[in-house]
Amino acid sequence: MRSFQDKLSELESRGIRVVALSVDTPEISRRHRLKQHFTYTFLSDPKAEVIQRYDLLHAGAGPKGTDIARPAEFLIDSTGIIRWVNLTENIAVRARPEQVLEAFDEMESGAAR
Amino acid sequence: MKRSWNWSLWIGFLFALAGFLSYTFFTRFPITRDFPWANFLLFGVGGIFLLVGLVRAFGKPQRYRGKIVGPILAALGVLVFGFFSYLIFYELRQLPSSTGAPRVGERTPEFTLPDQDNNQVSLTDLLSAPASSASTAKAKAALLIFYRGFW
Repeated sequence: MRSFQDKLSELESRGIRVVALSVDTPEISRRHRLKQHFTYTFLSDPKAEVIQRYDLLHAGAGPKGTDIARPAEFLIDSTGIIRWVNLTENIAVRARPEQVLEAFDEMESGAAR
Repeated sequence: MKRSWNWSLWIGFLFALAGFLSYTFFTRFPITRDFPWANFLLFGVGGIFLLVGLVRAFGKPQRYRGKIVGPILAALGVLVFGFFSYLIFYELRQLPSSTGAPRVGERTPEFTLPDQDNNQVSLTDLLSAPASSASTAKAKAALLIFYRGFW
């Protein structure tokens, strides 16, 4: 998540809106954002309803056995169609901004054709 | 004759310990993050030093110390290595398969959720607003990052 903040100006200047989503409450997200100097939007899904609808629930993996989201990244075009997905097999290995920019470039060149 | 200190054992053990403790350090760099080869390299070097130390302790006991501390350090080193491998190859990979997750080419399921300031934000809002406050043009795409949370 830090890597996306570091590359945020490049992502935003290309027209990519960056949004994070987890079970954290708005209050926790707000504090975390301030502490870590994150400037992109953090959405809050405490009951994991959206997370479940996306089949990204990691049951019992949170504090005291609560349900949380498994890491996943989606690149969505302006019409709402998913153009790139990253479902990691390892909690420690997340998508990098370079991968997203590459997928975005591919999407753009496809749209121009 | 006084037997000399078997430093190889201690160096080996320190390398094994470093292999474990440096994990979060190496995850900061793209080249060492996805597969922790740098950590395994440290474990490997540690193993060689420990082996040399053991050979000295048992092969030349009149010259080197370490017959008692050697096996203890070696066992601890193996234990640390085993625990590290368990975390890397098993624990971190315990993820749901998410076979029902939206795929490339599909429409993203719509949602409305509160942001960090309790404003209700929908996916449509995200896609119809500019990518940043510095811009006036509509966003070309949205990157949706699901994360485990900071609780």
